[in-house]
Amino acid sequence: MLARTPSHSPGPMARAFHRFGHNKAALFGVCIIMPMLAMILSYPLWWTFKPNDIDLLAMNSGPTATHWFGTDGVGRDVFVRVLEGGRISLLVAVASTIISAIIGFLVGAISALAGRWADAVTMRFVDLVMTLPPVIFLLVLASIAGTGIWPTVLVISLLSWPLLSRMIRSRLLELRERDFVLASRGMGAGLGHLLFRHGLPNSIDILVVYATLQIANAILLEAGLSFLGLGIAPPAASWGNMLNAARSTAVLEQFPWQWLFPGGALILAVLAINFIGDGLRDAFDPRAELN
Amino acid sequence: MLLALSVLIFLLLRLTPGDPIDAYIDPNIPMSPEQLSELRSQLGLDRPLPVQYLAWLQQAVTGNLGFSIKRQDQPVLDLVLSRIGPTVLLMGSALVIAIIAGIVTGVISAVRRNSPVDLSFSVFALVGISSPAFLSALIGLYVFAVRLGWAPSGGMLTPGAEFSVADLLHHLILPAALLSIAQAALIMRYMRSSLLEVLNQDYVRTARAKGVKEFWVIAKHALRNALLPVVTVIGSTIGLAIGGAIFIESVFNWPGMGLLLVNAVETRDYPVIMGATLIIGACVIVVNLLTDITYAVIDPRIKVG
Repeated sequence: MLARTPSHSPGPMARAFHRFGHNKAALFGVCIIMPMLAMILSYPLWWTFKPNDIDLLAMNSGPTATHWFGTDGVGRDVFVRVLEGGRISLLVAVASTIISAIIGFLVGAISALAGRWADAVTMRFVDLVMTLPPVIFLLVLASIAGTGIWPTVLVISLLSWPLLSRMIRSRLLELRERDFVLASRGMGAGLGHLLFRHGLPNSIDILVVYATLQIANAILLEAGLSFLGLGIAPPAASWGNMLNAARSTAVLEQFPWQWLFPGGALILAVLAINFIGDGLRDAFDPRAELN
Repeated sequence: MLLALSVLIFLLLRLTPGDPIDAYIDPNIPMSPEQLSELRSQLGLDRPLPVQYLAWLQQAVTGNLGFSIKRQDQPVLDLVLSRIGPTVLLMGSALVIAIIAGIVTGVISAVRRNSPVDLSFSVFALVGISSPAFLSALIGLYVFAVRLGWAPSGGMLTPGAEFSVADLLHHLILPAALLSIAQAALIMRYMRSSLLEVLNQDYVRTARAKGVKEFWVIAKHALRNALLPVVTVIGSTIGLAIGGAIFIESVFNWPGMGLLLVNAVETRDYPVIMGATLIIGACVIVVNLLTDITYAVIDPRIKVG
C-alpha cells in the first residue's frame, strides 16, 4: 500500500498559521500592534500638529483636548512626538533586523557549509562577540559610530547577528547530512546553490521568529542608546530620547506626561511584538502540536 | 578568550575617531610635523599594529591601562578600581533580592498552578522581562522617591553626612530592588517550569504516597532537584544585570562602573571606555567560569572533561 497524503490536507505553513490563530496571547499582540502601526503610519493625515511644531501658548501643559498627551518644555505636542518617535524607533528596528538577519544567516550558513576552517574561525568570533554583555558592546560601538539614525542601525545590527548565526549553523549542520543535500553536492552544486536553494528555505522559520523577536529587542536597544544620549539625537523624536528628558528632575517630577506616554508606548509595542514572536515560535515548532 | 577580547578591544581603540597621538599633545603649543613624527616614534605609534598591540598588552597586564583624557590625567586603572566596589554592592544586593523573590514566587506559582496568584505572577514576570531597566528605573524613581518619598532619589550616601550603614542601605534599597526586577522575573519563570517538571516525577509521587506532608515534599524532595537548572540561569543573568546596572546607575547617580562608562562615552574618553570594557569583560568571563564550576559541583551527573 502506498501511503499517500490526501491532496486536500493542509501544508506545514497552513498548519503553522492555524496554530498561530489559536494562540490567544499572539492574537492579543496582533490586536495591539496593528492599530499602533496604523496610527504611526497615518498620523500626518489626521493630526493637526507636526513633530517639531511649537505651541508657545502651551509649554509644559498637561493633557488637554487639543494636546491629548500634553506638551513638552518648548511647547511641542507629545502625542505627535510619540507617533513620530514610533516611526523612527520602528525604522531603526526593522532596518537593523534586516541587516543583522542577512549577516547572521550568511555567517551561520557559511560556517555550516563551507568547511571546517570557516566554521572554526567564524564560531570563535561569535563566541568572542557574545562574551561581552550586549549593552557594554553597544556603548563602545556607539561611542565610535556617533549619533543619528544610520549609525544607530549599524551599531544594533553589528551586535545582534551572533545568536541567529548559531541557530542557523546548528540547523544547517543537520541539513548538510540529509540525502537531498548530499545528492546535490554530489552533482557539483556550489556554495551559492547550497545556501540559497537548500539552506534558505529550510531555515525560513528560524529567520521569521528571529526577526520578530529581534524587532522588539532592537526597539529596546535603540531606546536604551537614545536614553543615554547616544542613539537618535534631538530634535528628531524617538521613544528613547523622549525618555531621556526625564533624566532632568523637573521633567521627572512635574511633567510626568512627557515621559510616561513614550514609555508606555515602548512597553506596549515590545510586549505585543514579543507575544507575536512567541506565538510564531510555537506555531512553527512541530513539538507544539503535541501540546 | 580573554586574549581574544583584548585584541578586539585594542582594534576598537584604534578605530576610534582621531589620531591616538592627539591624547598626548597640548593643544596650546603648536608643533611642527617633524616634532610630531618624532613624538610618534617615541611613543611607538609608527610601528606595525601587532607590535603596538604587544606593547599595549604588556602595559595592560602590568596594570597600566593608560590615562583618562578628560579627568585630569588620572590613571584609568585607579578610576575603574574605585568604581568596582559600589557596582558589586549594587549588583550583589540586586542578585540576592532577585534570587529570593524569584525562587519564592516561582515555587508559589508552580504549587498553585493556573490559579489567579500564578497568573498574576506570570503576567508580572512577562512585563518585568519586557520593560527595559531605564524605564522601570524612571517609574520606580517617580513612584517611590518623588511621590511617596520613601527613598532618596540618587547617590550612594547623603552628602556631608557621616558614613553609616543605615544611610547606605537607605540609598541602596530602591536601585537594587529595581535592578533585580528583570533577573527575578527570569529566575521565577525557570523556577516555575523546572519545579513543575520535577513534581511530575515518580519519586515525588512516592514521597506523597508515603504520607509526607505536602510542605516537606516540596521543600525537601522537589525543590533541591528543581534548583539545578535555575543555577545556570542565575549565572546567565549576570550579563543582563550588568546591562541593567548601567542604566540604573545613570538614573540614580550611583557612583559605579556603569556611570563611569556612560560618562566616559558621553565625553568620548576612549582610554576609560576601553579600560572599563576590558575589566567588565574579564569579570564576565570569570563569572561564567564560576557558574560552570558551581554547576559541576552541585550536579554530580555532570563530569568535567
